[in-house]
Amino acid sequence: MTRAVTSTFKYVSLVLASVAMLLPIGLIVFGSFKTNQEFLATNPFTLPASWTNLENYATAWTRGGMGLGFVNTFIVFAAAIVGTILIGAAAAYALDRFRFHGRRGVLNMFLLATLVPGVTTQVATFQIINALGLYNTRWALIVLFMGTDIISIYIFLQFMRSIPRSLDEAAMIEGAGHLRIFFQIILPNLKPAIATVVIIKGIGIYNEFYLPFLYLPDSDLRPVSTALFAFKGPYGSEWEIISAAVVITIIPILVLFLFLQRYIYNGFTSGATK
Amino acid sequence: MTTAPSPLRSGTAARQAPGAGAARGTTPGGTGRGPWLRRLTPYLFLLVPVALLLVLTYLPVANMFWYSVTDWDGLDKVKNFVGPDNYVEVFTEPDNLRVFYVSLYYFVASFVQMALALYFATILSFKVRLKNLWKGILFFPYLINGVAIGLIFLNFLKPGGGLDTVLLAAGLDALVQQWTGDPEIANYSLAAVSVWRYMGLNFVMFLGAIQSIDGQIYEAAELDGANRWHQFRHIIAPSIKPILGLSFILAISGSLSVFEIPYVMTGGGNGTETFVIRTVWMAFNRGMVGLASAMAVILLIIVLLVTWVQRRVVPDEEVDLT
Repeated sequence: MTRAVTSTFKYVSLVLASVAMLLPIGLIVFGSFKTNQEFLATNPFTLPASWTNLENYATAWTRGGMGLGFVNTFIVFAAAIVGTILIGAAAAYALDRFRFHGRRGVLNMFLLATLVPGVTTQVATFQIINALGLYNTRWALIVLFMGTDIISIYIFLQFMRSIPRSLDEAAMIEGAGHLRIFFQIILPNLKPAIATVVIIKGIGIYNEFYLPFLYLPDSDLRPVSTALFAFKGPYGSEWEIISAAVVITIIPILVLFLFLQRYIYNGFTSGATK
Repeated sequence: MTTAPSPLRSGTAARQAPGAGAARGTTPGGTGRGPWLRRLTPYLFLLVPVALLLVLTYLPVANMFWYSVTDWDGLDKVKNFVGPDNYVEVFTEPDNLRVFYVSLYYFVASFVQMALALYFATILSFKVRLKNLWKGILFFPYLINGVAIGLIFLNFLKPGGGLDTVLLAAGLDALVQQWTGDPEIANYSLAAVSVWRYMGLNFVMFLGAIQSIDGQIYEAAELDGANRWHQFRHIIAPSIKPILGLSFILAISGSLSVFEIPYVMTGGGNGTETFVIRTVWMAFNRGMVGLASAMAVILLIIVLLVTWVQRRVVPDEEVDLT
């Protein structure tokens, strides 16, 4: 008897939580297919008259600059991810495979840096980015995404330990230098860690709002998140267009999630616990 | 903190290699540069990572401390030293103190969030139908862009929006509120949105910790007649302690650094201004870089203190970094 009660309670709680999670998103999806009149006249739960009315999407994509936003996001992501991988792997290689003066100190420096919440230091970071002449260029974001990513270094460091040293040693006997070992042995063997970093970092960059908001006021350089934020201005009252823009933002992440579920979970559990 | 991998192995490998290379008559390229370059190698690999770390993390922190005792406006060539004036102003100006008070809403909400996450992680680590579906639904909101979440909930909470419609349909007319417009309520609404957004991350972290427990322990416990509650209390709870500690730190630093959701939903109006919203406004709209830096320094010190206390109270064997 009690077993049946707890089991029922379990499923009821899961269903309630799922409704709470999905309902706000679902209503946005409904709204994105409605015409302006329809949006104002019908209640949020009313299904749209036509599921093929893509006009809001077209407006959001072109006039709202969502299309351009995706291009900009991708450029920043591509550059930052290559940098992050090389930097993270190089740091992990040096710290794991060598014993040298100051190794402890460098490790502790990275460790301490994880405790500094990025949002707090922007007041001062801004001055540095400005002095480097990077303000209002994509480079500001690329450099910041590359240079402040300690988590990736840790993920690489964790994984580096599982790459047998005998591989390095064998290559050394062949006469390979450290650079060659790094590029031909370490990097290829880091593939799983690289995949984790690409996923976590990719989602992080795609969702980042604060940095582009601060450093990239130029509307032609806007990534997806600030392009979406800009809808609050001119389209402030046209909720059907805003809804379409929101759905456009969610689709790529949803597709990615459905295909890479397992890796995403693993990435966030390993990334979060380090 | 660390496991000590045998320093001998890497050392001997490094020392042997040139010898081995020479013995096999390879070109002197690898050997001519000799031990000197070999000793320099790790530093060369660390050059860029450490330079970026210094320029983008440590230099800003150091500058921030320096700005915080000046009256700098962000543009002027001169920075006048004003001593602790900025700090005094942070703690005496009510508008500045309010932001600490606002973060309490998010802080309290993060406990609700952890409790929910723990509950769902526990039930989903036992036998449940459609496990992956539930897991996906609970986690997915965490992946959504913060601006999109802000807009989703503006739509959901606006007068006559989704929430009001549900309440009216349920005959709860009296409960309908100006969810984001009423200063009495706005912070509760925003904190609830924050819970909606981040619960999934906590949930997946807890789930990972619970699933790393060996299944045989449960079986043994069942044989000893332990019910689900006993299992939770004596098997699950101790094993997720480190993750709970980490979540606690994240809860504090997270509740102090809330930005996106209130900024998108209310712009910091209706008494919802948070620490970061105020700091940004001070530094970049009002040219009070000195004062904004003092705020940021205080925030940083709080986070570091909490982390330090947490590490002392819950010694963490899990973190192992080299």
